[in-house]
Amino acid sequence: MDRGSLLEEMYRVVYEGEVHRAAAVAERALEAGLDPLECLDLGFMKALQQVGVEFGTGEKFLPELVAAAEAVQRALQVLEPRLAALRSRRQALGRVVLGTVEGDIHEIGKRIVGSLLGAAGFEVVDLGVDVPAGTFLERARELQADILGLSALLTTTMERQREVIARVRQAGLPVRVMVGGAPVTASWAEEIGADGYAEDATAAVELARRLVGVERCG
Amino acid sequence: MADRLPPRRPVRRLRPGLSLEILSPDAVRAVHQAALEVMARTGVRFPSARALAILADAGCRVDFERQIACIPPDVAMKAISCAPRRFVLGARDPADNLELDGEHCYLSTDGCGIEVYELAGGERRRSTRDDVYRSALVADYLDAIAFYWGPTVSAQDTPAATRPLHELEAAFLGTSKHVQPETIISAPIARYCVEMALAEVGSLEELRRRPIFSVMQCALDPLGQDGGSLEAALVAAEHGIPTGFMPMPMSCATAPATLAGNLVVTTVDALAPLVLVQLAYPGAPVFFAAAPTVMDLRTGGYTGGSPEDYLLGGAFNQICRFYGLPLSMGAMATGAKLPDWQAALDNTLSTLMPVLTGTAMLTGAGMLNGSKIFSYQQLIMDAEIYSVVAKVAEGIRVDAETLATEVIHEVGVGGNYLSHPHTLRWLREIWRPTVVDRSPYDAWEKAGRRGAYEAATDLAAKILAEHRPREVDPGVRREWKRILAAAARELEGTP
Ligand code: B12
Repeated sequence: MDRGSLLEEMYRVVYEGEVHRAAAVAERALEAGLDPLECLDLGFMKALQQVGVEFGTGEKFLPELVAAAEAVQRALQVLEPRLAALRSRRQALGRVVLGTVEGDIHEIGKRIVGSLLGAAGFEVVDLGVDVPAGTFLERARELQADILGLSALLTTTMERQREVIARVRQAGLPVRVMVGGAPVTASWAEEIGADGYAEDATAAVELARRLVGVERCG
Repeated sequence: MADRLPPRRPVRRLRPGLSLEILSPDAVRAVHQAALEVMARTGVRFPSARALAILADAGCRVDFERQIACIPPDVAMKAISCAPRRFVLGARDPADNLELDGEHCYLSTDGCGIEVYELAGGERRRSTRDDVYRSALVADYLDAIAFYWGPTVSAQDTPAATRPLHELEAAFLGTSKHVQPETIISAPIARYCVEMALAEVGSLEELRRRPIFSVMQCALDPLGQDGGSLEAALVAAEHGIPTGFMPMPMSCATAPATLAGNLVVTTVDALAPLVLVQLAYPGAPVFFAAAPTVMDLRTGGYTGGSPEDYLLGGAFNQICRFYGLPLSMGAMATGAKLPDWQAALDNTLSTLMPVLTGTAMLTGAGMLNGSKIFSYQQLIMDAEIYSVVAKVAEGIRVDAETLATEVIHEVGVGGNYLSHPHTLRWLREIWRPTVVDRSPYDAWEKAGRRGAYEAATDLAAKILAEHRPREVDPGVRREWKRILAAAARELEGTP
């Protein structure tokens, strides 16, 4: 297959949300000698961004967006080792480390936020649910995250957001923290010293954009 | 509206006469077969060493590392056949006891909201312990509300580690009706709740006869349970406290997009934990619960009202009747932000379908924004919706007395029935509004264009000001205080 049809194929697996085929397509592209960055920018990510646009206009629905984001994740697992060396050239808006706080297993909202952030051009590392404060810190440090996203759906687990933020500040990590989840409000976010709060996934993308746009003050 | 608050009426015990079938008997069996197959082949996650050991002992294939048990059909069906077909939800006031007998239906409040609309002014704020008490007080008064579920809102001004106990205490103080928390999610909390109930009823035997609280757990769809909730349920079952597990599979997210597939997940997640409870304590009272729904395709949100929900709600009832166990169906819980047209649409249909298909319990009334904001007005208006649905569900009685041929003959052509003894005998069977507005236009205009919302505001204010629930004995209150202090020492680490 030539470069053009390979890129088309990459675009298609993401656009159609063919999660299980994405890795194979990425492998084929590498075998054919394509530049992994090009695979992302002109193939996989280009499609994800298009799905994001169509989601915004109401032509695509959430499951389709999530499938597209997952297809990109699968492709990334194949491309990652080759990309590592080229990391500095990758054009992500920023790296977001995301998770649901300890004691809380609500995952749907957080996953949606992750998918939309991915579609908007952020690199998203999802730590899953029931994530201890220590893990948030370690991973944010290790991955040099720009943004840490904390989801909490229970009034009893909201407190954990405060704890993570306190520890981030104490450790002096240069990461911006955004919080969300059903019981979380703007005033709560302010009270616990978060850098931002968003009510839904679309607002979370805007917020993340703002957070990486402004200067860091450590 | 009358000046004085009318006296509290006995709990409304609805016995539906109408019935509706959404699934054919073959379809019900097909869902049942599919559920058995999934339980046996795919298995269910039970993240509790105690639960896994019980299941392994009973002959289930258990993967201890992944905490998944595959339950063979014969084990499941044998266990479930031990469950009692009827039992009582007890109440502090035995007159408020509820018989779950496969024939009656009872409505409760909704639960675990996080905010409250202030009754006067409508300001939205974080919920507190006092809101638990006050919502229970209103629920205590309303005859449509048969038991108190939740708590309606979380007591966020109490310590998280012992919050369920503070909430249970506030609920008991606010109402003499049965209380069914969905917050008892660890064995220690369950033990303290049993202790509190024991202090009130006096003996373990009496608690078995009259369990004044029961336990509602959430399932972790698809095909999973929560470890703490399982262990709490086992503590409850040991003491004869009724327990149920509520799956809320959301089609497209935590269940297949197709409604039949959703029903399979719902069945597995409601049934599997009951199998466990029966294996551990055969004959313990258990019930099915469910709030199946579909995901909002744009936001991924919980819809809290859509045509699919109504179908699922009705259909799952038929499945529960197949197993012969009572069902608690999540109803109402509209996604509307205000008590408006949407709230009425959602809550009417989500109530009607389960009632017509024979639900035993309906949870619940009073919440907006997808079970997140409690509103007194909504509680009262939901009670009214239920009373309309209840009237419809009663159906029409046809016999010599109700056909009234003699009376028709007596009144004759062109007469009227206004003062006829037959009319006087039967008029109280006719539904009467509490807050629905039927005033003439001019009267409505003169009164300041007040509708159901305003009438509900007045009624709530009056209930809060005048109604007092059956008191808890001071000795029992002291005992609760001691239990709460002990719990604080153990669970919060306070000295
Ligand atoms: C589905 C659900 C569950 C499922 C979760 C399934 C799963 N795999 O995730 C299950 C059944 C497991 C569950 C369990 C429980 N639940 Co629950 N659950 C819900 C429900 C109905 C919907 C949540 C949801 O997925 N919404 C859809 C998504 C898209 O919305 P979202 O999560 O709010 O996310 C959006 C925003 O908040 C925001 N956002 C979210 N995260 C983040 C993060 C960042 C960084 C940003 C910027 C934004 C952001 O963007 C998202 C997309 O728009 C809510 C009710 C509700 N209306 O929210 C209750 C609810 C949250 N649960 C509740 C409760 C009480 C429980 C249980 C304790 C029940 C029990 N007795 O066992 C357990 C707790 C288990 C645990 N330890 O966590 C209560 C909480 C009340 C309270 N006082 O805290 C609620 C409000 C329902 C209620 N009133 O009872 N639950």
